[in-house]
Amino acid sequence: MSDAQIQQTLAELVPPGSRVLDLGCGDGAMLDYLRQTRQCTGYGIEIDDANVLACVKRGVNVIQLNLDEGLSMFEDASFDVVLQIDTLQHLRNAEVMLLETVRVGRLGIVAFPNFAHWPNRLSVLKGRMPVTRRLPYQWYDTPNIRVGTHADLGILARANGLTVQDSFGVQDGEVVRTLPNLLAGTSVYQLSR
Amino acid sequence: MMIATPQSMHFEAALALQSGAHLRRYDLSFETYGTLNPAKSNAVLICHALNASHHVAGVYDGHSKSEGWWDNMIGPGKPLDTNKFFVIGTNNLGSCFGSTGPMHRNPDSAKIYGADFPVVTVEDWVNAQARLLDALGIQTLAAVMGGSLGGMQALSWTLQYPGRVRHALVIASAPNLTAENIAFNEVARRAIVTDPDFHDGHFYQHGTVPKRGLRIARMIGHITYLSDDVMNEKFGRQLRNAVLAQADNTAAHLNGGAYKYSTQAVEFQIESYLRHQGDKFAEYFDANTYLLITRALDYFDPARAYGGNLSLALGRASAKFLLVSFTTDWRFSPKRSREIVKALLDNQRDVSYAEIDAPHGHDAFLLDDPRYMGVVRSYFESIEVPA
Repeated sequence: MSDAQIQQTLAELVPPGSRVLDLGCGDGAMLDYLRQTRQCTGYGIEIDDANVLACVKRGVNVIQLNLDEGLSMFEDASFDVVLQIDTLQHLRNAEVMLLETVRVGRLGIVAFPNFAHWPNRLSVLKGRMPVTRRLPYQWYDTPNIRVGTHADLGILARANGLTVQDSFGVQDGEVVRTLPNLLAGTSVYQLSR
Repeated sequence: MMIATPQSMHFEAALALQSGAHLRRYDLSFETYGTLNPAKSNAVLICHALNASHHVAGVYDGHSKSEGWWDNMIGPGKPLDTNKFFVIGTNNLGSCFGSTGPMHRNPDSAKIYGADFPVVTVEDWVNAQARLLDALGIQTLAAVMGGSLGGMQALSWTLQYPGRVRHALVIASAPNLTAENIAFNEVARRAIVTDPDFHDGHFYQHGTVPKRGLRIARMIGHITYLSDDVMNEKFGRQLRNAVLAQADNTAAHLNGGAYKYSTQAVEFQIESYLRHQGDKFAEYFDANTYLLITRALDYFDPARAYGGNLSLALGRASAKFLLVSFTTDWRFSPKRSREIVKALLDNQRDVSYAEIDAPHGHDAFLLDDPRYMGVVRSYFESIEVPA
């Protein structure tokens, strides 16, 4: 699934005019897209110097911050939507950040690679960790320190008393609602408190 | 090299100060770089910190080594590009580089002000800068920018004249000074005030200069502008003896030099460096100015009128902000910049914040870190200059 496809599919989940906080916003492309196509405002959070620079170049508001330090800078329900796109799997404090996402945002949209997608299962059955387009890293150099499945996130969310507004998979730019834990490389959750 | 030309503007109308005192009439020194466009929409004001001046960029004609203090940042093709922007550097009231200060004559008493120069605040400086802009025919600034104490002025601009500033760049600054920070200022002030040559601030008529006090003030300042790591890397435990021996190519440096076993001689390189910095500073800086400017730092606290609530205080600001801090800056730490960022977020203001992992401590804001320069350059490139 390409960045542009992820971007478009997820952008459609963001109500027009929303105030958005994008955790791990990368080069700011998503916020820029939301601003131009859906009249959204807001900020990105990034730790990487090059990405911070890219955001400033685009004129996207960016706050340089390590998400592992938490979101104490942000008040409760101060955003309509908090995005966590391909960020959760990099965070040491993934569970805390999931809670922080729905504390700061009225709606949290979380997308991350689904480790239970069938090619990954097949790979593990063959005795090897998966290396795919969606998970392109070798086991010894992957930045993905939290490897979970579509089903796992649902269990974690419910265990923390979060409301799952919607959840589905995305594969090849298409929404997957049938057996997403098996058939989708990307898992998407819409969460609230 | 861009040639800079110092200018001065005289103001006949009295300036009411925050303390209740007045400056009956005064002069402001300033320099400008680049060209003000016909719409007057490309003006950028630079506010200086403790010991700097209106000479921000360029060199004086015939003096190739007289670069302005932020020459790496400002000029043709530089991060703040004078081909696009009209940049104004001003010298603050109470300073010692041309604007009215304690070494000038009080029009009321016809005597040199000395210690009687009224206490000036960041807010007073901003008011004086606004009058300078009035005189230059500039209603709205494309941006105001400053580092450290200069950043406090930039922040104050957005609160005192929210309608006159579109962007604020607040670098290595803070919403107020911490107790530790005030403490450093107080040590510096005591060094000056207790120098027998200070004569209660009226040393001009005694023909003395409290150089001992100024040297110590500068030495302690310098320590706080650097990081432990940079100081160790630059000087470590190196002995002055060994360095001299190396220069003379004698054998003494091979064992790292011998201790002098003296309590007063310059023994370590860091001592030599600090003394050199102190000596240089005492030659050109005014003791009363040092007291005034450190006091302005101590007093700055926009949240004070709001029960300490910075978010309430910054509610007045409507500018867009760029904040930059440096991880090893312990005098104006990233934590303090984040307080400003948070208060702006609470008010839903446009703000970007870069936390640069530079080793140089507070001094980093004057140095050439490419990440820092890149962010500032990109920010200025994104500022529109309507025709």
